[in-house]
Amino acid sequence: MSLLPLGEKVRMRGISYPMAIDKQLDSLELMINVGPQHPATHGVFRMVVWIDGERIVDVEPHIGYLHRGTEKLCEGEQYSQIITLFDRLDYVANFNNELVVCMAAEKLMGTEVPERAQYIRTILCELNRIASHMLFYGTFALDAGAMTPVMYAFRERERIQSLFEATSGARLMHNYFRIGGVRQDAPDDFAQRITTLLEPVKETIAEADRLITFNEAFLARTRDVGTIDGNTAVALGLTGPSLRASGVEYDVRRTEPYLLYDRLDFIVPTGDRGDCWDRFWVRIREMEESVRMVEQCLQQMQSGPIMAPTRRIARPPKGEVYAHAENPRGDLGVYLVSSGADRPYRLKVRPPSFCNLMSMKHMMRNAYMADAIMILGSLDIVLGEVDR
Amino acid sequence: MLRDLIVITIQVFALVTALTAVVLSLVWLERKTLARLQRRMGPMVVGPHGLLQPVADALKLLVKEDIIPALADKPLFWLAPLVVFVPSFVIWVTIPFAQSFAVRNMELGLFFIVAFSVLSIVGVVMAGWGSANKYAVLGGLRSAAQLISYEIPIIMVVIAVIMLPHSMNLVTIVEGQRAIPYALLQPLGLVIFLLAGVAEVGRTPFDIYFAESEVMGGPFIEYSGAHWAVFFLAEYVNTFTIAVLAALLFLGGWAFPLMPEATWVGFLGVLVKAYLVVLVIFWFRGTFPRLRIDQLMSFGWKVLIPLSFVNFGLTAAYLFYGLSRWSLALASLFVTAAVAYTIYRRMTWPARATAEQRLAKARAYRRVETTDAR
Repeated sequence: MSLLPLGEKVRMRGISYPMAIDKQLDSLELMINVGPQHPATHGVFRMVVWIDGERIVDVEPHIGYLHRGTEKLCEGEQYSQIITLFDRLDYVANFNNELVVCMAAEKLMGTEVPERAQYIRTILCELNRIASHMLFYGTFALDAGAMTPVMYAFRERERIQSLFEATSGARLMHNYFRIGGVRQDAPDDFAQRITTLLEPVKETIAEADRLITFNEAFLARTRDVGTIDGNTAVALGLTGPSLRASGVEYDVRRTEPYLLYDRLDFIVPTGDRGDCWDRFWVRIREMEESVRMVEQCLQQMQSGPIMAPTRRIARPPKGEVYAHAENPRGDLGVYLVSSGADRPYRLKVRPPSFCNLMSMKHMMRNAYMADAIMILGSLDIVLGEVDR
Repeated sequence: MLRDLIVITIQVFALVTALTAVVLSLVWLERKTLARLQRRMGPMVVGPHGLLQPVADALKLLVKEDIIPALADKPLFWLAPLVVFVPSFVIWVTIPFAQSFAVRNMELGLFFIVAFSVLSIVGVVMAGWGSANKYAVLGGLRSAAQLISYEIPIIMVVIAVIMLPHSMNLVTIVEGQRAIPYALLQPLGLVIFLLAGVAEVGRTPFDIYFAESEVMGGPFIEYSGAHWAVFFLAEYVNTFTIAVLAALLFLGGWAFPLMPEATWVGFLGVLVKAYLVVLVIFWFRGTFPRLRIDQLMSFGWKVLIPLSFVNFGLTAAYLFYGLSRWSLALASLFVTAAVAYTIYRRMTWPARATAEQRLAKARAYRRVETTDAR
């Protein structure tokens, strides 16, 4: 029995009738609702899956359960207040989100951010990338059925969040970056704290390889599952580690260096098959690179001002600007239209999770029911960003 | 007649009580083992080191409301726990803990055990169908496929064990291991028995029919309260059955070198061995991700079943040609090692190689770029 490409079927009242299924048996496929309250959907995501035995015939994502109207809210808030809203988009990588909206406003105003602030931003963003990928490592293993890695991953995430708390005062919603710099200087023992926390983090990354990455059962579950080739991935708007897993070397840190990435020595790990294992492997390697970047930043960092001389209430000149940065999940972009007032005229977010999610349907072609969970997990979506 | 009836009743009650106590200890042991693996404390509040936690949990389950879904097939839904529970306890009638320490020592003991353990599949499928829940149906069908395919390697391995002492009586089988436990003669058999046994009781990495992240509890999704507790009890009793059978069939049972011949020594010996096997099963749970249903089936049919026939053939050749024990042990060990190496070579090795290549490529790319910039 061959399965048709998704979409080529008669659909009536929500039940699809693929042509491939034996008509004489008159068997319909089973519709299964996964989410919004399902342990494996990573938030309030709902997908309706039509399965034939264990094979997926069709899948339909339903999003919007966490819609808060962030883009519209931004139009009513001053620029400094928008930063808090951005914290709540990708709530696993808050610093990276804050950064992009600050970068957009700074680009429009032509503000030069002081070097120390740049270093602090780079360090925090990279640490946040590690924390975010740690969460991915834990939950992805949990999706695969391994219940131990999530404990190890969360321990490292906890260490990093303690540092965030020491720096910004909050573990999750930091509200720390400002247009023109950062809110306050890093604590005195910043460098020392980071050096002590990076040691166990490195050990956990090595442990991830020993425990999960090359585990036979894990490889069986993830190798050649949910493959997507480079061209299709680009066409579907995939970015971030999920795109690099398909062999496309696109990393905003490398192609359009922002912050201080042009001063840092790092590699961009890429996969070739674009399957779930490649997406997992790329993220594990990225954590290693982030550790190296943070160490380099700590060596280069010097004391100095942390805030550019800007006005207390930012009023970017009239104009339009697009700023984007490499988030743990992909290419987060902010398109900002300013009318010269103290709040944006229009602010459009290009959320990487949302765009990555669009490739889900393509990846789930011919997959098994169990693969659907793995594919969704390997995309590493955060619903706060998908629904905004 | 009446006296017999009273004796049997007392024996059965004692058995059920003992098994329930074992289950409580297993629940505690599993939670503590997993906690230790995951660098947690595990239950610590109820009783010293959480020893009474399983009792509290059991009490909670008994007083919970027992909900039947409106669309459920009520007879099936009610009967399913019993159909799972009864066979898993009936098996214990013939399992000896010492030379003369069994409720009934049967000549066809192993046959009885294998025959009855298959019955619980029906209960799981009944639960899946009766719940009127799509996840449950999916889980129930998965379990039917899984349990039936993994029953075959178990039977084949058991037959290979039966061939050595020419008996299905568990006491005779253990007595046959006085000189050397069968685990040393048939390491392959022990490995297959453990793997297929873990699949039989549906524990990680074969916990596909109640996979938390896919079908969320599978056939048991709609059960609550006492009915769910019965499934839970049966699951742990089955786990312990597999462990005790491994101890009796392969690890020498109560035959213990350098120990006095006493019933209590044998009893303790079997318990220690069984708990060690159970710890290995818990260790699996803390370590492995689960397989996919098709991989599970192909592992069963393409790896375990052929291997169990190989094990059978090796034992047959050993008996027929009267070869030395060493030759059987070495041949069995060689096959086990070869299979393990093949799996490593097919899965882990290429992945490691690819990872190395990719990293080398990425590093080379970086070097070129930095020289260009200068």
